[in-house]
Amino acid sequence: MERFTTLTGLVAPLDRVNVDTDQVIPKQFLKTIKRTGLREGLFFDWRKLKDGSPDPSFFLNQPRYQGATILLTRDNFGCGSSREHAPWALLDQGFRCIIAPSFADIFYNNCFQNGILPVVLKAEEVLPLIKDVTDTEGYRLTVDLHHQTVTTPKGTTFRFEIDPFRRDCLYRGLDAIGLTLQHEDAIAAYESRRKAEAPWLFSDIHP
Amino acid sequence: MAGKTLFDKIWDSHVVRTEPDGTTLLYIDRQLVHEVTSPQAFEGLKLAGRRPRRSAATLAVPDHNVPTTDRRLGIVDHVSALQIQTLEDNCKDFGIALFNMSDIRQGIVHVIGPEQGFTLPGTTIVCGDSHTSTHGAFGALAFGIGTSEVEHVLATQCLVQKRPKTMEIRVDGTLSERCSAKDIILAIIGKIGTAGGTGYVIEYTGSAIHALSMEGRMTLCNMSIEGGARAGMVAPDEKTIAYIKGRPLAPKGDLFEMAVQGWGQLKTDTDAKYDVTVTLEAEQIAPQVSWGTNPGMVLGVDQNIPDPRTMSDEKTKNATERALAYMGLSPNMPITGIAIDKVFIGSCTNSRIEDLRLAASFAKGKKVAKTVQAMVVPGSGLVKQQAETEGLDRVFREAGFEWREAGCSMCLAMNADVLKPGERCASTSNRNFEGRQGAGGRTHLVSPAMAVAAAIEGHFVDIRHWS
Ligand code: SF4
Repeated sequence: MERFTTLTGLVAPLDRVNVDTDQVIPKQFLKTIKRTGLREGLFFDWRKLKDGSPDPSFFLNQPRYQGATILLTRDNFGCGSSREHAPWALLDQGFRCIIAPSFADIFYNNCFQNGILPVVLKAEEVLPLIKDVTDTEGYRLTVDLHHQTVTTPKGTTFRFEIDPFRRDCLYRGLDAIGLTLQHEDAIAAYESRRKAEAPWLFSDIHP
Repeated sequence: MAGKTLFDKIWDSHVVRTEPDGTTLLYIDRQLVHEVTSPQAFEGLKLAGRRPRRSAATLAVPDHNVPTTDRRLGIVDHVSALQIQTLEDNCKDFGIALFNMSDIRQGIVHVIGPEQGFTLPGTTIVCGDSHTSTHGAFGALAFGIGTSEVEHVLATQCLVQKRPKTMEIRVDGTLSERCSAKDIILAIIGKIGTAGGTGYVIEYTGSAIHALSMEGRMTLCNMSIEGGARAGMVAPDEKTIAYIKGRPLAPKGDLFEMAVQGWGQLKTDTDAKYDVTVTLEAEQIAPQVSWGTNPGMVLGVDQNIPDPRTMSDEKTKNATERALAYMGLSPNMPITGIAIDKVFIGSCTNSRIEDLRLAASFAKGKKVAKTVQAMVVPGSGLVKQQAETEGLDRVFREAGFEWREAGCSMCLAMNADVLKPGERCASTSNRNFEGRQGAGGRTHLVSPAMAVAAAIEGHFVDIRHWS
């Protein structure tokens, strides 16, 4: 996993609430057995018009947002299906940071597994930012994970909260499984204790 | 010391270690695996040269992509076929039990877990699927995870988690006749909203919940995620134990007795505190119909479509306008005035034997409206077999419903069962997102009884007064 330290990047706005992962990437792209190449499915149904041609009003089709690395959006982003294809597709498109007033739990977790930083700012902070981004071509923000800040071109700084453990894992780009495996002794100790308490949980489930 | 909630008890008994900031390494007792969210997890294991820590704690089944028509013909879509083949290969390579497509025990992952006795009270259960919350009906802590976490659990039998908060949703009283668990959960989501449960684990309590059958509780817990909560649970009772007893993977003999004793502790102490409590009265719950593009956009069937012009909150107003435009509905029209094209009875919410029995009881001797195409997709091969033994398939067929093989089918339309653009469906599934059942398709979430009545009348009717 690629580590995340600071990022200064072009911002793309998605001014919608409750964007579910079925919209982020529809089902037909879930048949893959790979993690890569999913950008073609990103917001697939929103990207095109009824006749299949690209919808010029959708932000991802606009030249000014090409190369954006920060997605700025609204409440409850990523709700619904647990599909990790959603962060994979966002990453494949180039997004490394998503800023919103709130995220759905599973999506929020999935971001960290893929080197994407989900940043929670207050709705009162996000709404004016969406306006600024829309009004200003080439609008960029700077996101600093270590200091937990988002800074605007004018120098206004917003602070965000994040669990220290998650922050450190993302900051150092740690392999989560490798980290857990370092606790092998604790896991084995748990298992033997639990086996004595609840042996039925350890019978072979092979049908 | 203050008492513990059901959630606290399960969580505390699964903590392997805790980081200084409270991040917990949580032990996972069981994992279910399906074809869509697992290939990259197995690939990850292979690349890192890792093996599953306890392959015997995992059960796999293909469900999302499988055709619901004659299986002997194979899968036409070769991309789907490859994904299913990949699951079979991975299970073989890693020693994981699998019910393949031709196995009578195959079915939707959240139907077969309980059906096989894989789902047990007091356990932690995960699956790369958000509707894993279903298994909470047994008093388990069950939640959906992403593919990286599927790999994590395979490799370590643990997950890194932050302790969620607890929410009690208390439903007291008696449901109106012909209202069901589906109406309760839709009414709950209508009340708390699709993000109302974010960060919480829900425990459903109250007399109306305890009156539900195990299958009703599964329907209820299934849609906890639609309210934003990753998990929902109901404390186990004698119904839970009776349901589990004798199932193929349930503990047997002395082990079963010992387990039952342990399960007796799985209830919230009287002096325990939830972070939040929400209450509903069962009598107030009408048969529910979703009208919009998320499950929180739902109303009683006796109501009218909302009017965005009367809304002051900009966010709600815009979302309502957008949803009505997508759904092709106009403000203030009565819900009973909505005509439908398709009916889907199935999904991990409502495809178990009780759902089919109930649906058949309403379909018996009636005919599906000429303008409607209706299908019934049982949740598993065993549900299908049971239904056929009881003659339910005949009732459905005679009424003009299609009778299909088990799988997810039109719940997410990954196989050939898809809505065409603009088509309107009364569906017993759990998601009415834009395009969920096919690009441009319009979904109304309802109970099985409401779906049958809609199929027969060609539009929604109030099942309480339907003859
Ligand atoms: S039936 Fe629908 S919601 Fe349930 S597991 Fe299958 S696709 Fe997901």
